[in-house]
Amino acid sequence: MTTTTTSPVLTATGVTMRFGGLTAVQAVDLDVHPGEIVGLIGPNGAGKTTFFNCLTGLYVPTEGSVAYRGTVLPPKPHLVTQAGIARTFQNIRLFANMTVLENVLVGRHTRTKEGLWSALLRGPGFKRAEAASKARAMELLEFTGLADKADHLSRNLPYGEQRKLEIARALASDPGLLLLDEPTAGMNPQETRATEELVFAIRDLGTAVLVIEHDMRFIFNLCDRVAVLVQGQKLVEGTSEVVQSDERVIAAYLGTPFEGAPGAEEAAEVEAAEAGATTGATGGATQDEAQRGTTARTEDGQ
Amino acid sequence: MTTDKTQPSAVRKAEAGAPAPRTTLLRALTAAGGAAAVVSTFLAWTWTAEFPGDLTVYGYPGGLQLLTLVLGIATGVFALAALDLKGLRWLTPSGSTQALRMLALGTFAVTWFTVIAIAVDLDGLVNLEPGGWIAAVVTAAPVATTFLLPDDSRPLRRPEKLPSWAEILIIAAVFAIGLYVVNYGIQTDADHPEPFLGYLIAVGFAAVALVKAGLISRISELTSSYRSVTLVAALITAIVFPFFQDKSSFTELGVNIAIFATVALGLNIVVGLAGLLDLGYVAFLGVGAYTAALVSGSTASTLDVKFPFWAAVITGGVVSLIFGVIIGAPTLRLRGDYLAIVTLGFGEIFRLAMLNLDGTSGPSVTNGPDGIPNIPPLEIFGFNFNDDHSVGGLTLDSNGNYYLLMLLVTVLVVLIFSRAGNSRIGRAWVAIREDETAATAMGINGFRVKLIAFALGATLAGVAGAVWAHFQSTVVPEQYVFAGPVPPNSTFLVAAVILGGMGTIGGPLLGATLLYLIPKKLEFLQDYQLLAFGIALILLMRFRPEGIVPNRRQQLEYHETGQLDVPGATGLKDSAVGVTKAEA
Repeated sequence: MTTTTTSPVLTATGVTMRFGGLTAVQAVDLDVHPGEIVGLIGPNGAGKTTFFNCLTGLYVPTEGSVAYRGTVLPPKPHLVTQAGIARTFQNIRLFANMTVLENVLVGRHTRTKEGLWSALLRGPGFKRAEAASKARAMELLEFTGLADKADHLSRNLPYGEQRKLEIARALASDPGLLLLDEPTAGMNPQETRATEELVFAIRDLGTAVLVIEHDMRFIFNLCDRVAVLVQGQKLVEGTSEVVQSDERVIAAYLGTPFEGAPGAEEAAEVEAAEAGATTGATGGATQDEAQRGTTARTEDGQ
Repeated sequence: MTTDKTQPSAVRKAEAGAPAPRTTLLRALTAAGGAAAVVSTFLAWTWTAEFPGDLTVYGYPGGLQLLTLVLGIATGVFALAALDLKGLRWLTPSGSTQALRMLALGTFAVTWFTVIAIAVDLDGLVNLEPGGWIAAVVTAAPVATTFLLPDDSRPLRRPEKLPSWAEILIIAAVFAIGLYVVNYGIQTDADHPEPFLGYLIAVGFAAVALVKAGLISRISELTSSYRSVTLVAALITAIVFPFFQDKSSFTELGVNIAIFATVALGLNIVVGLAGLLDLGYVAFLGVGAYTAALVSGSTASTLDVKFPFWAAVITGGVVSLIFGVIIGAPTLRLRGDYLAIVTLGFGEIFRLAMLNLDGTSGPSVTNGPDGIPNIPPLEIFGFNFNDDHSVGGLTLDSNGNYYLLMLLVTVLVVLIFSRAGNSRIGRAWVAIREDETAATAMGINGFRVKLIAFALGATLAGVAGAVWAHFQSTVVPEQYVFAGPVPPNSTFLVAAVILGGMGTIGGPLLGATLLYLIPKKLEFLQDYQLLAFGIALILLMRFRPEGIVPNRRQQLEYHETGQLDVPGATGLKDSAVGVTKAEA
């Protein structure tokens, strides 16, 4: 974390992902700066997770590039993690039959380098590295509040703690950027609050966070900036207020607000909103024009 | 086993305090039944010595009667423990009834097996002496009484802490008893199947009884708190084994068990830890064996070199390693079952190649179906492995020498397995096995880590193969098939790993021992051996999918743990197997 705050930790440029004829993500640009919490929202199927997978190398983007601290990342998950981007998964993917501590130790993999020989010979270096890994892992479990469950099998943890463990495991690789894919899905309000605190604490440790979430209160409390993805394209990006008041966002989620008497006026409004959404989906010059009116920082879809 | 839960109130009463008088009576009756079974073994069960083991004598037990005797004593003692007799309570830390049922059933099964075998072998019930009838009746009685007993299963009771010398003594005693039991099984009369079948029945029921009584959990607690003591005890037990064998066929069993157990343990790194299904593992054993044979200085070898033994072993290991990398490098990049298919193919290709590299169909390397015979006996520091050696009055025959040499390799593999498994690389293997997508997202280079596991497994098989070639003094292609009645074959090895317990050290060792020993002793089954083998595997998968020696992880995976809230368990399990990236 020595780079200046001006240079972004993550620069995604024109990331496009096509599956045959389906364009899941189209020309999305996104920067994340150090110490920032950025939210990524959008309706179901908007391509948020696909975008994440492109960032972390699980998918090879059809077009565009992803750079971490200015270095373009190869599309290999383990190299991305090594570079300093860690992630969690939407559907929890812990190593179910390993203990909580072992899960976190696996997360340390890229930050240690003891190979087979040192494991077989068990020299002092091996023991030192092993002890250091354990100490760091316990520190992280302490941080996420799971220390007393270190010896439990991860599959036996309650749901909320499995989410926390995923975060602890991701943090074990000492990332500069943490990608959270719906960290509060299925949580009750108390657990959501706790997760919020946890994300703030992670940010305070100096790790930038990019988070996908459907819980709007969570996102707007948490994020310095929010980007909205609709049908694979970035519709708008800006502060919570900007995004919240942007009618295209509202239209994308809800349709248009129903106020006043239904009638010709209402119908016109619906039409206008639909027109906006359509242009948002197809991209191009019209969208550009539409966005110029707002105060939000918007990207065009070229 | 039936869990009789007709009397929940009785259960509660039994737990609460003094058991109901009826329970006490039943337990006393069971104890009496055990005693009666013991007495019956001192009678003659048949009139002729034609039946294997001498069952014709009044006054002392013999042959299969011994099994009834031991189980009868055990039934009696456990029944007394159930009666809360002071000094015996340690026998049943997690409840007595189920253990008693198993012991009573075991006594019954062994006795009835013997009686029926007498009647069948000698043609007719007329061959039974009154003692046989008495035994049949008195062993049936405890079965009835134990099934009327209320179930008193309880969570493991913590006994008070013993002084450490006592605990170490217990471990030593357990290994001594284990050695005796295994020895008894190995030394049963090879010409008649009855004693060994009786032995199997008795050991099976007794083992389940010990598990149900909670003694096995107690012992594994002890062994895990005294790891080094346990290891030394196990090693000593294994070393003294050949000194107590009076026939070379028994020590030969020992060598083969040691070899196959070692190879199975090597395979366990690949299958159990890294989760890579290798169906052609025996080919790596073959590569090692053939390499060692070629450089052994055998007259039949096409290479005119004679390496010292250590160099032959290293060569065998290295050539296997090279083949492992050649096979693994292209296939391990893929996910799912490709590796299984490729290794299956490799296993067959290896055998066919060895058959055809005979100078007519291909270059002259292996002498085709004749193989490479006359591998000279090993001689290390003037110690000729084919001679008998006498140590402290006990003779060690040629097989015994090889057994001890093989044991050295086994220890090496155990060491490698435990050290590699419990390290950064071992955790990476398990992580890959659990969920490859998540593992790569944690920064693990899946291909590299899998290749290391695969190559390590191949190397260990190559080393074992080099020793095996010297022991057999000949190598032929037909030993290295995918499936066959005679081990080693790939199916045997995979089955040994799965039967014993994937990811454990004890599992494959035990699995290979059972899978080798039982068919060897039941040769009368002949063509039905594979059928019996298949049925046994199906039953095992139904009742104990985690294997005989369960890995703690798998134990929890296959059985409900009582821990609350196991969310998304099915989802996690589904996604752990052969996922595509799209699910990420």
